[in-house]
Amino acid sequence: MITFEGVTKRYPDGTVALDDVSLECPTGRITVFVGTSGGGKTTALRTINRMVEPTGGRVLIDGRDVLERKSSELRRGIGYVIQHAGLFPHRTIEDNIATVPYLLRWNRKKARDTAHELMERVGLEPGMAKRYPFQLSGGQQQRVGVARALAADPPIMLMDEPFSAVDPVVRHELQEEFLRLQAELHKTIVFVTHDIDEAIKLGDRIAVFRTGGRLVQVASPEDILARPADDFVAGFIGHDRGIRRLSFIPATDAPLTERSVLAADAPVADARAAGDEWTLVIDADRRPLGWASAEVLPASGTVGDARLAPIGHTFDIEGDSVRAALDAAILSPSGRAVGVDGAGRLVGVADQADLSATITAAVAAEAAEAEAVSAGAAAGAAADGADPKDAGSGDRPAAGADGGGG
Amino acid sequence: MNDLWNQIELVSEWLSASAQWHGDDGIPHRLLQHLHYSGLSLLFAALIGLAFGLLVGHTGRGGFLVASLANIARAVPTIGLILLVVTVAGLGVTPVLVALTALAIPPILVNTFEGIRGVDADAKDAAQGMGMTGWGVLWRVEAPMALPLILLGLRTAAIQIVATATIAAYPGLGGLGRYIVDGLARNDYELVIGGTVVVVVLAVVVQLVFALLRRLVVSRGLLGSSRPS
Ligand SMILES: Nc1ncnc2c1ncn2[C@@H]1O[C@H](COP(=O)(O)OP(=O)(O)O)[C@@H](O)[C@H]1O
Ligand SMILES: [Mg+2]
Repeated sequence: MITFEGVTKRYPDGTVALDDVSLECPTGRITVFVGTSGGGKTTALRTINRMVEPTGGRVLIDGRDVLERKSSELRRGIGYVIQHAGLFPHRTIEDNIATVPYLLRWNRKKARDTAHELMERVGLEPGMAKRYPFQLSGGQQQRVGVARALAADPPIMLMDEPFSAVDPVVRHELQEEFLRLQAELHKTIVFVTHDIDEAIKLGDRIAVFRTGGRLVQVASPEDILARPADDFVAGFIGHDRGIRRLSFIPATDAPLTERSVLAADAPVADARAAGDEWTLVIDADRRPLGWASAEVLPASGTVGDARLAPIGHTFDIEGDSVRAALDAAILSPSGRAVGVDGAGRLVGVADQADLSATITAAVAAEAAEAEAVSAGAAAGAAADGADPKDAGSGDRPAAGADGGGG
Repeated sequence: MNDLWNQIELVSEWLSASAQWHGDDGIPHRLLQHLHYSGLSLLFAALIGLAFGLLVGHTGRGGFLVASLANIARAVPTIGLILLVVTVAGLGVTPVLVALTALAIPPILVNTFEGIRGVDADAKDAAQGMGMTGWGVLWRVEAPMALPLILLGLRTAAIQIVATATIAAYPGLGGLGRYIVDGLARNDYELVIGGTVVVVVLAVVVQLVFALLRRLVVSRGLLGSSRPS
């Protein structure tokens, strides 16, 4: 765990880049520093590997002040990725990646073997090992940058706007692969970005910085969206946060029914008896086959004999959000979404009205909870005799939200 | 036209005369002397120019001083410098070497300094952030990345030295300059032109040697993207 204890950085010219920042970056998680340009994100990141030394407060890694350690040794144990990759143009890709292993005096073969493994991991062709950075695209260079940071398998990775300089399509790809890698590696990652969407997508925890080096809020992405600490955060998140939030309400909350679901061998009469416009037909294994409209039901026989309309998208009850369910419902011929389990078997059906009701209820519950939290915080602040300004800023709102995300 | 043809004939006659290839006044001996002074001067100039260029470029301190010194040094006429040194230190090898060294320092110093200073800030930041020490950054990142410019500085210096080492003949030190000085004294233009041609050929060879060196020691990763000089 990385701990900031009242960290302040005042540059010699008087600029205050960090103003009394206290924050924890939990082990094995992605903590994203987000905020306006000049908000001190980069400075905060660089205090962790001593590229910047605080003028006040302390930065601790697993309880130990980073200033106690020799900076070059400290840095060799911390992966470092920057915006324009900062590759060494005179070194081949494999030697770029093996930089830290060489510094640690691994033998050349082991260092290169590691580099080749990492190239594969980050999705680079083995043929690129002997190439030079100028022969690579921006996206490929960033991959090399990530591989280079991972080479000595450091437990901590610092990433400063690593995907900001590539085009949106490549950025999306890199983000996806980054999440996939992290799911395997479980590094303690501090990730700086100015892009709130990237922060929400990648962060287990998000720390919002504001000009003047003030930390405004630390919370899970869900909580940042649901309960922005102040107008600054709300403004930064933007107006479409309502839509973004749907992504965080799990589909397990969706009300599912088995109404008008019939096995393929059920008699047509059963469907008629139910009287619904659409019947979902499933096989003996409970796999959805398609929708049968009342109009196409044959006069007799089984519902499986009907010409079925395709299901389109189903949603995964475990992994998907209510938003995915709503999308599925909107695109479905019946206006209803089909929820399946991991094996693709039917769990239940939800219609648009039910899903909307779920969302409304979730939002209302969050609002009530937020009120309770802020009332509690205010009470706590009053009891502590603390500066009331601190109640809404700092990392206090995160306290109730720690377990969220990931 | 005829004139030029005559000259060429004269020079080739001079060059092919067997006297030119033997003894103390032969080309091989003079060439060795010339290379001796030139090489020593280049070595001293390189030691001083590289050391300060690397230091100032790496620390970023004293850059203005370097640029100013180099400009002043460039403005000093070589002959004047030699006369000054000879006046102060007397006749001998040392003043000549000092003068040639002083002449060669500015291009080496300035190019080294500019080369180091121009190294991509992101590459330096990454190097430091990955745990290279100050020396590590200098040797593993800055110097190799500045190598094309460093070599350019050395090449410029070497060619200047080779051409200017002819002045070593004035204080009686031999070298290829002897032909020119003696030829002028004796009104023997054949000798002057012959000596000049040998010096020019030497300069061309130096140029070729540096071109080869560049291909050998500069990373392909630096040559591929852009072609400085
Ligand atoms: N070396 C420095 N000297 C003086 N001011 C600096 C220095 N580095 C950064 N700053 C200032 O500190 C503030 C925070 O910068 P930074 O941490 O880079 O912000 P961010 O990464 O959030 O954009 C800015 O106002 C910036 O101009
Ligand atoms: Mg920044």
